[in-house]
Amino acid sequence: MATMTLAKALNAGLRRALEADPKVLLAGEDIGKLGGVFRITEHLQRDFGPDRVIDSPLAESGILGTAVGLAMRGYRPVVEIQFDGFVYPAYDQIVSQVSRLYYRTHGHLKMPIVIRIPYGGGIGAIEHHSESPEAYFAHTPGLKVVTCSNPLDAYWMMQQAIASNNPIVFFEPKRRYHEKGEVDTEIEPMPLFQARVVKPGDDLTLITYGPMVRTCVEAALAAGEEGHNIEVIDLRSLAPLDMPTVIESVTKTGRAIVVHEAAMTLGMGSEIAARLQQACFYSLEAPVLRVTGYDIPYPPSRVESAYLPDLDRVLDAVDRSMAY
Amino acid sequence: MSEPAVDDFVQLLTPDGERVQHPDFSFEGSDETIAGYLREMILARRFDSEATALQRKGELGLWPPALGQEAAQVGSASATRLPDYVFPSYREHAIALHLGVDPVEMLSTFRGTAMAPWANDIPGMHVYSFVIGTQTLHAVGYAMGLQRDGLVGNADPDANGAAMVYFGDGATSQGDVNEAFIFAASYTAPVVFFCQNNQWAISEPIALQSKIPLYRRASGFGFPGVRVDGNDVLAVHAVTSWALDRARRGKGPALIEAYTYRMGAHTTSDDPTKYRSNDETEHWRQRDPISRVQTYLQNRGAIDQVWLDAVDAECEELAVRVREGCLTLREPTLEEFFEHTVIDPGEVLLEQRDEYLEYEAGFADHPDADADDETHVQVQEAF
Repeated sequence: MATMTLAKALNAGLRRALEADPKVLLAGEDIGKLGGVFRITEHLQRDFGPDRVIDSPLAESGILGTAVGLAMRGYRPVVEIQFDGFVYPAYDQIVSQVSRLYYRTHGHLKMPIVIRIPYGGGIGAIEHHSESPEAYFAHTPGLKVVTCSNPLDAYWMMQQAIASNNPIVFFEPKRRYHEKGEVDTEIEPMPLFQARVVKPGDDLTLITYGPMVRTCVEAALAAGEEGHNIEVIDLRSLAPLDMPTVIESVTKTGRAIVVHEAAMTLGMGSEIAARLQQACFYSLEAPVLRVTGYDIPYPPSRVESAYLPDLDRVLDAVDRSMAY
Repeated sequence: MSEPAVDDFVQLLTPDGERVQHPDFSFEGSDETIAGYLREMILARRFDSEATALQRKGELGLWPPALGQEAAQVGSASATRLPDYVFPSYREHAIALHLGVDPVEMLSTFRGTAMAPWANDIPGMHVYSFVIGTQTLHAVGYAMGLQRDGLVGNADPDANGAAMVYFGDGATSQGDVNEAFIFAASYTAPVVFFCQNNQWAISEPIALQSKIPLYRRASGFGFPGVRVDGNDVLAVHAVTSWALDRARRGKGPALIEAYTYRMGAHTTSDDPTKYRSNDETEHWRQRDPISRVQTYLQNRGAIDQVWLDAVDAECEELAVRVREGCLTLREPTLEEFFEHTVIDPGEVLLEQRDEYLEYEAGFADHPDADADDETHVQVQEAF
């Protein structure tokens, strides 16, 4: 058991994956000598060499397109997109090729590619450095989409994603990179595509993922002081969704709020709300609510705190749901 | 780092401040004009160092310094005039200043009080682009528009215009940049591709992006390419004037590789000591774009200490204005950004905005979040 930051846990997970399988390769801009702009790959090129930890030319489409070819040769590329807002030049390769080659070849060709993307806001960044594009990828058949919220998951989910034969978009909550937690490197981790009940409760279910998990736990504790016993679910996997865990919870509590940073319209909350009204129609005591970013491009940093869901906005929704 | 061959390196003013001849390019401007460039470069450098200092004090979220690239920027921007139109990347501060951007307003983007509204009032320049290389295609399209508007190839040279787009060595790896080269060549578009090769794309050296000098790529796309000493403001001006003139006359695109150096970090978030040597930085310090012009003009007797003191006083004035102005930049509200998300926002977005306003208005009555700190401790244990 060790205490480490989420960033260090990702680094440790990548290191262990590189050790476990010589076919694992890392590629991305500035990931070598610099160790990535967030230092997630720090010292990995030093220790595993430039053939396995590859500094890519500055071209995201190139990074993903060459990952396809490497995967065809039996390699397991783990690519880093430097910031969420820079994934779009690679979007065509991801949605037209990476996600589909298994389908196009009738199950012959596997694409064991992990696409790491630091995402989300709250770090005072300039444009294109605070986005939450997960729904674009969760919407794409053939892709798995996961996101960690704490160091333990970061460590284990990264290794599980790399070991998976599916293409996986792995979203890393960059504003939580420096938060510390206990990481047990000896346990049997829970399945990758399974949601986790972070905090049990009976009155209402907060359904969230990534950077908002901590915010929701804080909100649940604050609501507890007002006598509301809130359950918090960390989805961990956005595609596929672990609906049994969510449905079990909402059937019990009768109230659900989905919380994410991404814009509301056609975000993860839309899908979850639709599924809940279908699966839990007779259990619901209130409409499923969403607390999300607004349907505008991510704003300049001086107003990002007004854009991002925070403890107060979650509590406001809790009040509305409980009062319904 | 080995220095690539500089076989076609156009230089008119050496690092020691000596004028030299080149068979194809010359600078005809007066000493007064050159002194004007020097003044602009000194002011741009001061602005840059003030902005860096403001970031260090937490007043800006980020700053990408242009330190060392002043000659490439002033030399090229000074070759433009309307209806030319410039597409910058995000490090083109000296260009923005040359074209009339207010330095304090420019900081709003990096302070996070605005997107980039300061570029809207400048007739010859587009907003900064932060996605690498994306603006090259926009410049080609703009040039195609100039063609269709009859602003290319007229007998009266003053009636003609061209687009000029700035990008870095790293950007040349992007698909968009290569597509821009192809579109420009196919349509003989009046566009100048101005690549500031500052040797580094964050931590990645130019050798990772290109095995040949970048300017030679142009020939593969079917238009001329020239490498110029990017730290020589006279050579940059001469080469850019040639390329712009050619484009305006309808002769099509050209690629300029301004061979320069990023003396500072990629941005204030970057630590270049992790990936490059002091020797290299020192090598380039000897080729500083400003000192050679100052030496030249002083040797000519064109400027003296009084002149330098006056520019220094101007720098102090600029510094005070920037420092004070930054702190008084207007703080926006989120509501404003709902206003320019889309024309005719529709009911769903308007409802969202109204819900936001209602929520904000009710906040004064909301039980305040005194419990935050205490909750934080509990979360550490629970999570």
